[in-house]
Amino acid sequence: MASLVGSRVERKEDKKFLTGKGRYTADITLAHQTHAVFVRSPHARAQIKKVDTSKAEKASGVVAIFTGKDLADDKIGGLIAGWKIVSEDGTDMKVPAHPALATESVNYVGDHVAVVIGETLADAKNAADMVKVDYKVLKAVVDTESAMDSEAIYKDIPKNLCYDWLLGDRAKTKEAFDSADKIIKIDLRNNRLIPNAMEPRASLGDYNSSTEEITLYTANQNPHLTRLVISAFNAVAPEHKFRVVAPDVGGGFGSKIYPYAEDVVIAWAAKKVERPVKWVAERTESFLSDCHGRDHVTHAELAVKSDGTVVGLKVDTIANLGGYASLFATVTPTYLYGPLVLGLYNIPAAYCNVKAVYTNTAPVDAYRGAGRPEATYMIERLMSKAAMELGMDQAEFRRKNFIKQFPHQQALVHNIDSGNYDAHLDKALEIADYKGFANRKSESESKGKLRGIGFSTYIEACGIAPSAAVMSLGAGVGLWESAEVRFNPTGNVTVFTGAHSHGQGHDTVFAQIVGDKLGVPLENVEVVHGDTDKGPFGMGTYGSRSLAVGGTAIDKACDKIIAKGKRVAAKMLEASESDVDFKDGEFVVAKSNKKKTIGEIAFACYLPGQYGEVKSPLPEGDEPGLKETAFYDPINFSFPAGTHICEVEIDPETGHTKLDKYTAVDDFGTIMNPMIVEGQVHGGVAQGVGQALYENAHYDETGQLITASYMDYTMPRADNFPELKIDYTCTPATSNPLGAKGCGEAGAIAAPPAVMNAVVDAIGTDISMPATAEKVWKACKDSKKSNSKAA
Amino acid sequence: MKNFTYHSAKDSKEATKLSSSNSAFLAGGMTTIPSMKLGLASYKDIIDIKGIKKLSGIKVSGKSVTIGAITKHAEVANSKEIKKAIPSLADLAEGIGDPAVRNRGTIGGSIANNDPAADYPSACIALNATIHTNSRKIEATKFFSGMFETTLKKGELIEAVEFQIPNKSSYQKHPNPASRYAVVGVYVAKNKNDVNVAVTGAKSCVYKDENLSKALSKNFSVSAVDGVKVSSSGMNTDIHASADYRASLVATYAKKAIEAC
Repeated sequence: MASLVGSRVERKEDKKFLTGKGRYTADITLAHQTHAVFVRSPHARAQIKKVDTSKAEKASGVVAIFTGKDLADDKIGGLIAGWKIVSEDGTDMKVPAHPALATESVNYVGDHVAVVIGETLADAKNAADMVKVDYKVLKAVVDTESAMDSEAIYKDIPKNLCYDWLLGDRAKTKEAFDSADKIIKIDLRNNRLIPNAMEPRASLGDYNSSTEEITLYTANQNPHLTRLVISAFNAVAPEHKFRVVAPDVGGGFGSKIYPYAEDVVIAWAAKKVERPVKWVAERTESFLSDCHGRDHVTHAELAVKSDGTVVGLKVDTIANLGGYASLFATVTPTYLYGPLVLGLYNIPAAYCNVKAVYTNTAPVDAYRGAGRPEATYMIERLMSKAAMELGMDQAEFRRKNFIKQFPHQQALVHNIDSGNYDAHLDKALEIADYKGFANRKSESESKGKLRGIGFSTYIEACGIAPSAAVMSLGAGVGLWESAEVRFNPTGNVTVFTGAHSHGQGHDTVFAQIVGDKLGVPLENVEVVHGDTDKGPFGMGTYGSRSLAVGGTAIDKACDKIIAKGKRVAAKMLEASESDVDFKDGEFVVAKSNKKKTIGEIAFACYLPGQYGEVKSPLPEGDEPGLKETAFYDPINFSFPAGTHICEVEIDPETGHTKLDKYTAVDDFGTIMNPMIVEGQVHGGVAQGVGQALYENAHYDETGQLITASYMDYTMPRADNFPELKIDYTCTPATSNPLGAKGCGEAGAIAAPPAVMNAVVDAIGTDISMPATAEKVWKACKDSKKSNSKAA
Repeated sequence: MKNFTYHSAKDSKEATKLSSSNSAFLAGGMTTIPSMKLGLASYKDIIDIKGIKKLSGIKVSGKSVTIGAITKHAEVANSKEIKKAIPSLADLAEGIGDPAVRNRGTIGGSIANNDPAADYPSACIALNATIHTNSRKIEATKFFSGMFETTLKKGELIEAVEFQIPNKSSYQKHPNPASRYAVVGVYVAKNKNDVNVAVTGAKSCVYKDENLSKALSKNFSVSAVDGVKVSSSGMNTDIHASADYRASLVATYAKKAIEAC
């Protein structure tokens, strides 16, 4: 039988998406449904003196209006930060109260103040305009860098400092720096991004007063975790009376990992009004209130020997958390960032200090890559600068410092199981025609253009799980994954996964794994996810974990199916269990022609006994049915790595940067479906290029978000890209039986430094992301000026 | 969006009759509708003029191209006659917004709105256009009076825009990377009797750059632009471009336009 794993199987889910048959939260309409509109703060920072809903309540079509007081009266808890970080001085992180509807203060533009529920959306909007909130406007803290020197937003959080965290060894690092021949320094800003999932967030709450059950349909990446949090911390409903359904979800990129204020309020409000309540974000609400990403200010130093050996690294970062600490906000700039600052290099001594600050901006949390793009941007910009200052070749300087022996225990946290970094570097150099760069550069120069080449040799830590590891670092939950593989009596298979697909293609890839493993045709495998009433508790999708962790859980459940199948087949074929082999969907007795298909075995498991001529007794001790569950908790993270090389051509007259060539050679371990992986690389690179050249969340000094629509927030577009040259190398992961490492975030991690190193190489001076046309133009003009002065 | 009364006018006369101090004509609706949805504008009456056949269509004579007010950008972009007579005008239309906008937005709507970063106003200035309304003809130079302002009177309806066919011309723009409106757009036209350099996006209203126009009248070449200093005085500064950058872009895109002529 031809293997499904490794082949370009077309995506099973695409028909519904391409023909408009997807069913998103906004598509669901329930009988007697009402519509919710949130009253949001127009101010970045203000005290709430009074919320007057009296006029709004009298408006036509109003069903109910709730404020923070109503939530408090019902003892509905606030939103939580799910990962405890301890400061270098041993004190716990400081987290402000985060009520789902503000009671005392608002802390960013878009903060939730009240919810208006109307018979129609128009009724709710109209009444929302009539809710009068009396604010005492306070001076907003907006800037990341100066937040610690600004007035404290929360009186019990001095310097607006959530924590001052250290990873690594300061003394050992100092020794390394003392021994160095040269210190390379860099100052970087990792620009704030807005995730911009194609489907805006949406929630629909439904309450059944007879069973006292709440159902929440929501655009979310992990419905079980959302149920757990809203149940355990917000106390909206006990878990067994609370169903969370994340139906088709149109993109998440991290921004839909966490339950939001709207989810809590909508689930609770549905019970209050005893009618379904629906809220669908408008695009501007998404800009204002989806968790943003990145927003770091970093100073880093690299200690090198004159032969190019890196001996030490110091990283000092200020990370902006926004107005509150969102669910995974505290871990993103610490354990998802700090360990990765070493890149894929053998750096024996290092420390990473992160000061996380509150500002009056939208909360910042995990966004495609979460911490790893920030780390990679830092180390890859620094490595390029070091190569330049040492006068060494960009590729060879990196190669010299690559980790070469595996497993490799890094100086900070990670033990990297496998890799071959020379392999992807060599392949990328060839595909990118590195040798021909000098010629292309002079060709560009002859047209008055500047050409630059940029490298990014990156690593990331994926397969986010090892529960023991993450819980020892402060995680509030273990991050294993679950699966249930259920044979139906007629021989087809339903697979329940705790992972959640919001574009990734799980329906296809998981079916490929099951199809190969159990010898069942692809079309006879259906993957079910996204509903807490179906399948076992799961941890959802983020951190490029679904295949390495969720896929492995499915693989393990299949193993159990096969083990039971062997026992049943042995009994039916009157053979010894040890003589039964399973291959291509058949249980075969060794050295005989006796066999049963797995479909026959499944049928027998559901109809044990004798019916007419059919005899199918189960072995003693085995229960009827053929359904197995597995929970998988890996022993380690997985470590995808790769080399991306970018070439840009710049018009110094306009500052326009043309992305001329882009090469990506990634080692994702074993690849299940190259077509889906290509899609992930394309999307990731596009988002990474977006960060490098276009995207920027811009707040003015009063905390107003200036880029709150597509008129001002620049998304990358197809016409910004050349054809990406994509290839792979493979060193399988040893931490899971599939050998998979994860590919969902790699592009977004690798691309920003590749692009920016190319821009810096072209113009000869450092500029910050995004490298907009004006910034590039100005840098070209200034360097021309200083050159002519020097002459 | 506040409630309003929708009217579909059958001719210009009816449209004018229905108009009041609290009404708006609806052509493509590319600005009016979003403004209403965002609560930035509200009207008692919306008078849809899309059904007035007389306002649509393209006529080309030996000397001029006349485009009906409700002619869509896509129709201008794809018009063989315009591509032949004034190719730069078809190019301009092809570069407005995105396909959805080009298939709904209209030339009359664009110039009546007079967005400081809109493309069409620069064509009107550069190509010595005449704006035909239901009551008079207005020279383009006397039509655009300020940011989102024109000399149209209340209830006055644009019926057509008549462009003079130049000897050669080109429109080049530096698009806003997000919205693709013009950060700076420069329309250079070498007409029978003059050279016009019209600039959009740079200031609060489209304008004719007199210095560049004069220099190019004497010497229609890229080097002539180098001899002119484009001042940043009065130019816009926003998150996408400073006044200095805009000033530099005016010169750079003027050169690009000359090269493309």
